[in-house]
Amino acid sequence: MGRRRLGWIALHVIVVLGAIAMFFPFLWTIITSISPGVGLTVTPALFPENPSLEAYARLFAERPFGRVILNSLGLAIATTLVQLVTSSTAAYAFSRLPFRGRGAVFAVYLATMMIPLQVLIVPLFVELKTFGLLNTYLGALLPTFASAFGIFLLRQAINQVPRELDEAATLDGAGHFRIFWTIVLPNIRPALATLTVFAFMGSWNSFLWPLVVLRKPELQTLPIALAGLQGQYTTEWDIIMAGSVVSILPMLALYIFAQKYVIQGVASSGIK
Amino acid sequence: MSVSTLQTSLVDRSAPAPVRPVRRAGTRARYALTVLAFLLPSAIPLTLFVLGPMIAAAWVSLNEWNLIAPMRFVGLENFATLLSDPTTGEVFLHTVFYIVGYLPLVYLGGLALALALNTALKGRSFLRGVYFLPVVTSWIVVALVWRWLLNPSNGIVNSALAAVGIEGPGWWTDPLWAMPSIIIASAWKDLGFVMVILLAGLQAIDPDLYDAAKMDGAGWWRRLFSVTLPLLSPSTFFVLVISLINGFQVFDQVYAMTGGGPNGASEVVVQRIYDLTFRYGQAGEAAALSWMLFIVILAVTLVQVRGQRRWVNYG
Repeated sequence: MGRRRLGWIALHVIVVLGAIAMFFPFLWTIITSISPGVGLTVTPALFPENPSLEAYARLFAERPFGRVILNSLGLAIATTLVQLVTSSTAAYAFSRLPFRGRGAVFAVYLATMMIPLQVLIVPLFVELKTFGLLNTYLGALLPTFASAFGIFLLRQAINQVPRELDEAATLDGAGHFRIFWTIVLPNIRPALATLTVFAFMGSWNSFLWPLVVLRKPELQTLPIALAGLQGQYTTEWDIIMAGSVVSILPMLALYIFAQKYVIQGVASSGIK
Repeated sequence: MSVSTLQTSLVDRSAPAPVRPVRRAGTRARYALTVLAFLLPSAIPLTLFVLGPMIAAAWVSLNEWNLIAPMRFVGLENFATLLSDPTTGEVFLHTVFYIVGYLPLVYLGGLALALALNTALKGRSFLRGVYFLPVVTSWIVVALVWRWLLNPSNGIVNSALAAVGIEGPGWWTDPLWAMPSIIIASAWKDLGFVMVILLAGLQAIDPDLYDAAKMDGAGWWRRLFSVTLPLLSPSTFFVLVISLINGFQVFDQVYAMTGGGPNGASEVVVQRIYDLTFRYGQAGEAAALSWMLFIVILAVTLVQVRGQRRWVNYG
């Protein structure tokens, strides 16, 4: 009994120490951001003697960081809304509207998940250049309009909605649009929440495509502006870390709020 | 088969017809319109921005093109140039080095955590949340934070090492340590993701199997190798497939952490594609390299899917 108890305590200690180690980089980022004057040689103290928000003030004064945050926020919200529409309608078709060749079409949809963005970069760049959409928000948005992952996720959810509900509504004279809107969508709210978080996160953190298409400083998104900070403030780590904190916070808030759906989404993607 | 039996069989087949409403031409057209209305919002962007460019990339790869002057058809010359250039092998080698370092770290770490959190541990959903936190952080932030933690002169890691009398390496400034630095940062970010996938797999295992194994006198390690790991193999397979696909596409963290340096020591395939396109104006060669990368990813994935029968146990 004593040995088991000891093992039990050891397990707790190890897991908690691991969690502290995992969290430490975040803590260190925050500490650095409030320790002004971290230069080429100084390592900040674990408990800063004169904590200050100077780095944040400089970040917003010297760089268009307010604008950058709005850019990221606007693109993330737009991507999320559009993906909710395109994913739920496609998922409804793949679950509830039989037609010839549906299996093949669905397979093509899923196959697009496997195509790396890198393969598409050159032609996409040229395509948007031809349409005159370089350096526009629309150009950054268009390639994110449909998400095979989102369609897959919502189709799984719609398949779980009992078909008796549809049939009852059909008897009441409801068409597919009514069934979709009043029966299916309200019944897959958790999956919609999962997709919301993933679409937002994907856009908020995306780097390569915005880097290619948004070349003007005033159009930049957070990850690109952050990568740029490095060039300007090579060793001013307090400013670079302040930028990192600013970029983590909104995602962190969303994560704490919707943790259940994020973890459910990841977990369910692995079981299938 | 006589005509009459054929007729009966036809009649028999059509017997359940009254259940389904007979569709007139008008309702069929309306149904087709409904299907289109539900599918087009996703089909149009997928065609225009994924499938179309995919095919276009194949065409671009057969041309010499600097994105400005007209294209010049050169056949397979871009592929020949890439294959004869020794640095092409190097960027693939760096990418494989990344995968070989990264995969065992996240898999074994994620497995250990999943096993620990699959017990009746106190506060485990909070702990799971903490371990998962880096997953929602962007690669750029991860790269910047680790550049700072692993800063050779005044980063906290080398300061801590110095405190116990060890002289830390140059990390991302040292050609030898640049890729290991990227691997450490990436493993930190993805550990929680792998943990959650494996945890879901563990929770799907029937507890009775463990009781049976215990009755047979199997110890902890024996149960791990004879019950847990075989039954976890579908989740392991998923982690492997996803990690390899993502591993071959590694870019963001490399770009922000080392930019492929020092001296090209950590340059990966996608970094090369990006540079060829936007720095050297070799869009044709870049497209050829992206197709090579795609074929490698496809081949690796197919080999895994083929090989899964040997070791993946779908119970």
